[in-house]
Amino acid sequence: MGKKIGLPKSMKDVITHYCPGCGHGVIHRLVAEIIDELGIREMTIGIAPVGCAVLAYDYLDIDMAEAPHGRTPAVATGIKRVQPEKIVFTYQGDGDLAAIGTGEIVHTASRGENITTIFVNNAVYGMTGGQMAPTTLLKQQTATTPFGREAKYAGFPIKVPEMLKSLEGAVYLARETVISPKNIIKLKKYIRKAFDTQINKQGFSLVEVLSPCPINLRLSPIQSYDWVAKNMVPYYPLGEIKNGTK
Amino acid sequence: MISGNEALGEAAVQAGCKGYFGYPITPQNELTAYMSRRMLEENRVFVQAESELAAINMVLGAAASGVRTMTTSSSPGISLMQEAISYMAGDELPCIIANIARGGPGLGNIAGSQSDYFQSVKGGGHGDYNLIVIAPATVQEMFDFTFTAFDLADKYRTPVIILADGYLGQMMEPTEIKKKEIINIKKNWALTGAKGRKSNKINSMYLGEGALERHNQKLQEKFKKIKKELCLVEEILTRDAEIILVAYGTASRICKSVVRKLREKNIKAGLIRPITLWPFPEQTVKKAASNAKFILAVEMSAGQMVEDVRLAVESKSPVYFYGRTGGGIPEEEKIIEIIKSKL
Repeated sequence: MGKKIGLPKSMKDVITHYCPGCGHGVIHRLVAEIIDELGIREMTIGIAPVGCAVLAYDYLDIDMAEAPHGRTPAVATGIKRVQPEKIVFTYQGDGDLAAIGTGEIVHTASRGENITTIFVNNAVYGMTGGQMAPTTLLKQQTATTPFGREAKYAGFPIKVPEMLKSLEGAVYLARETVISPKNIIKLKKYIRKAFDTQINKQGFSLVEVLSPCPINLRLSPIQSYDWVAKNMVPYYPLGEIKNGTK
Repeated sequence: MISGNEALGEAAVQAGCKGYFGYPITPQNELTAYMSRRMLEENRVFVQAESELAAINMVLGAAASGVRTMTTSSSPGISLMQEAISYMAGDELPCIIANIARGGPGLGNIAGSQSDYFQSVKGGGHGDYNLIVIAPATVQEMFDFTFTAFDLADKYRTPVIILADGYLGQMMEPTEIKKKEIINIKKNWALTGAKGRKSNKINSMYLGEGALERHNQKLQEKFKKIKKELCLVEEILTRDAEIILVAYGTASRICKSVVRKLREKNIKAGLIRPITLWPFPEQTVKKAASNAKFILAVEMSAGQMVEDVRLAVESKSPVYFYGRTGGGIPEEEKIIEIIKSKL
């Protein structure tokens, strides 16, 4: 591997385990760049989920904890409540946040915990081999929906920011994707706003990122980006879903 | 006069607990209510979580931050917490979990019980680990041992269980609320922001070849050290005893009275009361067994601690068991009757 140019200070100079075409690398980098730009590296604590991003603590050069599956926002709550002056964020996948950890994310948002959540939605369970996620689209084939997801048997995909929108404690909710440089620039702006929401002590902020999982979609990286654009974006509208910041 | 639940809560406040995270469950509700007032009075953190799962993981976060932290619950709630307790044992995070135990299995009932001994002492969650388990028997001890528990958790970087029961939690006794010195241990490993040092991480996952085994060996070394250094036990008239009762917590209170009554009848009975259930006072039981006619373990369970008694006795003398379940309390007369029938 060649030398990496301009690695953010908040990233370790290591090669990640992520598959070719996976969105996590870009999203990690955006988070690290924003932490650097805000000058908060020395006061930031991240919480990694269970799932593909569990090793985020080996890639981000900041203080980080691992959480049991889905309990990521509860761990964040514990850290933030006893260290309210620190910047605390969770980095979670769709299984972690929208299935096993639904209770935690809803109540953390409801309490208006002053933390930030980066929610990576790739429409499958990546780590365990491409099973149906709560965000798997209807008709989408996965390891556990071999005939495509049918609402009759497997319910409907969850739109997380829309679900959290009614909660008063949820202040900033947005959704973007990593499938083009244009989208990445917008995504960075949203993540930055989410961290600003926390720095300004406004309450709970969450940015959902639509991210491709080429391996489990059985597509090439480029095809998987097209798949996100054609299938995920129409169902999961991009933009700021709620901006209650003052 | 103060209840056991309140005594435990007040001790936690005085021991410097900075974060309390709880969820309502009977018979420990007075404790959560007490903390909701006291923690705020002291400008500390109280959160009523949405579940026991969330509560224990908030404890994990606060413990990772390097502050003294605790949760309290009762049996079904403690069952829900086991995953995170296993994580914290692997993470080496100090915290206190108080179980004001009730009858099981399942939803059981809300009366005091000692049927969570296995869960507390033998692991409870997944993986190879032990927890320090302390069993108070009086309201005074609910107060005193809470300080001990925080000190031990910090000293060994490990979760500590205070195993009480619904009777101890709710009974009221005269209790001396005395100030104690707090031992502050520097926690360089805590997540406080990577300022002027390398970044810290708190994790229990080790994927590399042999890495998890090496981590486990390190943990096992620690558990061995704890076993070597820590043993709290009370012995009553065991020196010349021919009949040894073994009981902890609420059951030991009844056995104390039994020993007194038997002594009045010139029957040489004595009581061993384990205070640390893990490490179990093996040597004390073993030594007493070598001179005893027999041992009788008395529990408010179907027979859990008795297995550790048998392991310690190593068949040197007969071990009998008497227990009540589902909130039942062992009766003095029944214990005396059993002892007389074995003489």
